[in-house]
Amino acid sequence: MTELATYNFAYLDEQTKRMIRRAILKAIAIPGYQVPFASREMPMPYGWGTGGVQVTAAIIGPKDTLKVIDQGADDTTNAVSIRAFFQKVANVPVTTRTTEATIIQTRHRIPETALAAGQTLVYQVPIPEPLRFLEPRETETRKMHALEEYGLMHVKLYEDIARHGHIATTYAYPVKVEGRYVMDPSPTPKFDNPKMHNSPALQLFGAGREKRIYAIPPYTEVVSLDFEDHPFEIQTFSQPCALCGAKGSYLDEVILDDKGGSMFVCSDTDFCEERQAAGHRGELSAPQAEAAE
Amino acid sequence: MYVAVKGGEAAIRNAHKLLADRRRGDRSVPAIGLDQIVEQLALAVDRVMAEGSLYDTELAALAVKQARGDMIEAIFLVRAYRTTLPRFGYTKPVETSQMAIERRISATFKDLPGGQLLGPTFDYTHRLLDPELAEDAPVDVPDQRVEAPEHMPRVMDILDQDGMIEADGIMPEGVQTGDLTREPLTFPLERDLRLQALARGDEGFLLGLAYSTQRGYARSHPFAGEIRIGEVEVELEVAELDFPLTLGRIRLTECQMVNQFKGSSKQSPQFTRGYGLVFGQSERKSMSMALCDRALRARELGEDITAAAQDEEFVISHSDNVQSTGFVEHLKLPHYVDFQAELDLVRRMRAEHESQNNQISEAAE
Repeated sequence: MTELATYNFAYLDEQTKRMIRRAILKAIAIPGYQVPFASREMPMPYGWGTGGVQVTAAIIGPKDTLKVIDQGADDTTNAVSIRAFFQKVANVPVTTRTTEATIIQTRHRIPETALAAGQTLVYQVPIPEPLRFLEPRETETRKMHALEEYGLMHVKLYEDIARHGHIATTYAYPVKVEGRYVMDPSPTPKFDNPKMHNSPALQLFGAGREKRIYAIPPYTEVVSLDFEDHPFEIQTFSQPCALCGAKGSYLDEVILDDKGGSMFVCSDTDFCEERQAAGHRGELSAPQAEAAE
Repeated sequence: MYVAVKGGEAAIRNAHKLLADRRRGDRSVPAIGLDQIVEQLALAVDRVMAEGSLYDTELAALAVKQARGDMIEAIFLVRAYRTTLPRFGYTKPVETSQMAIERRISATFKDLPGGQLLGPTFDYTHRLLDPELAEDAPVDVPDQRVEAPEHMPRVMDILDQDGMIEADGIMPEGVQTGDLTREPLTFPLERDLRLQALARGDEGFLLGLAYSTQRGYARSHPFAGEIRIGEVEVELEVAELDFPLTLGRIRLTECQMVNQFKGSSKQSPQFTRGYGLVFGQSERKSMSMALCDRALRARELGEDITAAAQDEEFVISHSDNVQSTGFVEHLKLPHYVDFQAELDLVRRMRAEHESQNNQISEAAE
């Protein structure tokens, strides 16, 4: 390797890691509050997980085991790319198994398998501000958070009900953390919102382009915003996973042909594979003998 | 039976191999050298240095080559490298009045100390494609001036002498200039950080905004007081030494715009300033920057904020092309999960809509 190509462990220099760790500690101390941090330019584009990558780089050590998922899957291209990045710059063991990982970096999903104490879930966040699409100005939204002025959000949800009969937000569904800050859970489907509540795992959120870090410490109250007469509900699927037969997991629709044929499979590939390995079968899964080959 | 798609890793590897192949192109054509890019595509190199915020012609040329001539990709490569470099400290402000000038023009005075110096400019060339350039035709040696150049005071300093223009701002004692690469921006910004952001901002974006001010969206009646291009010395104060250390020279383009100002009850009418300073030779960028800087001073000068170019949060939040391109292009990434959630919702809403319509038509029967 030439001198130009050598980097510090986990890419970031130690000064930068310290700066990010300070932001993380502050974020943990004020659950749901967006802490500004001096986000660096990373060797992948803004919007492609630079916030999550910086958080992971700041907390990862040689003894960690890393799992990276995108859309719940370990083998989507950007997850592959980020996992390869950490293998290259930190040389840490990686895994696809949720239970084996100490750090899980994710985009758009929370694993189906319940997380345990000691695990850290790092979210990649595109727009950290839950009020951004109601008020584009940062100067205004910061004021609204400071004054706990969340009326606008409730009005938005109410207007959804008035117009559509129900709340028309399906992902990035706003939550209130520990009774104080309204927080954007990143664009996870609202299906995943209940998993954030009282999780034994530490949840860290990194937004690189927007230069914000926020956190949900373990065992923190996370409540999805709703109304008494329109309580929060998660998505349900009318059929089980076509590969592992799971009911109650989040499913992706896969188009099978150009005649309207489609199937539904678990978006969490590890969850689905573990179930198949344990002998569970869906209606479109390979017969037992073939799968064993 | 259905087998889930696997193999992202192999696909990425193969895609990058193909990219390397396309980058090299036809192997019977000699590969382009970095020295050729530095010498013959110098303005591309300058733009990459300016918006990449790193003054290094060779690295910028490498980035242009690696990016296959995609400027924003090249700027991104330089930025991602720059961010890993250690900081030794901050240099002294460069003294553009001491610039070794190659070009200097003023649109406000016909003649002035030091004179007008056209230098290497596209201005007044007729934009006719030159077939001779298709071959390596010999190029004449340019005429050089014989006597040492006269000192060229800045036009703004001349105007400043009789108070016709507002004084150049001086940073208050003890104030450390901000650094947007080390601290997150918090709005509203001071002018130092705003100018930093503009200096690395996308040329096209700033050009469009600058143009909008000329067409009446926050018009400020600008005159190009002075544009100068040339080299300045970069000096660093070192703790152990009692004189500043000269690190080297960099080429800069500086633009000072003179703009009208009505004056107020407290202040007699005088001209105001818009400032642009860019690495390398880029008049378009430095002029655009100066127009945007002036427009963004609306709050400070008590002007009504009515147009996009005056809106600091809007301009600065969207002027960085590395950020913009990343977020626009991230739409290429998989969004299966959120799209599924939306599919589900739209299907449900369509079903509800249909059943309502059916009820209405039944009731009408």
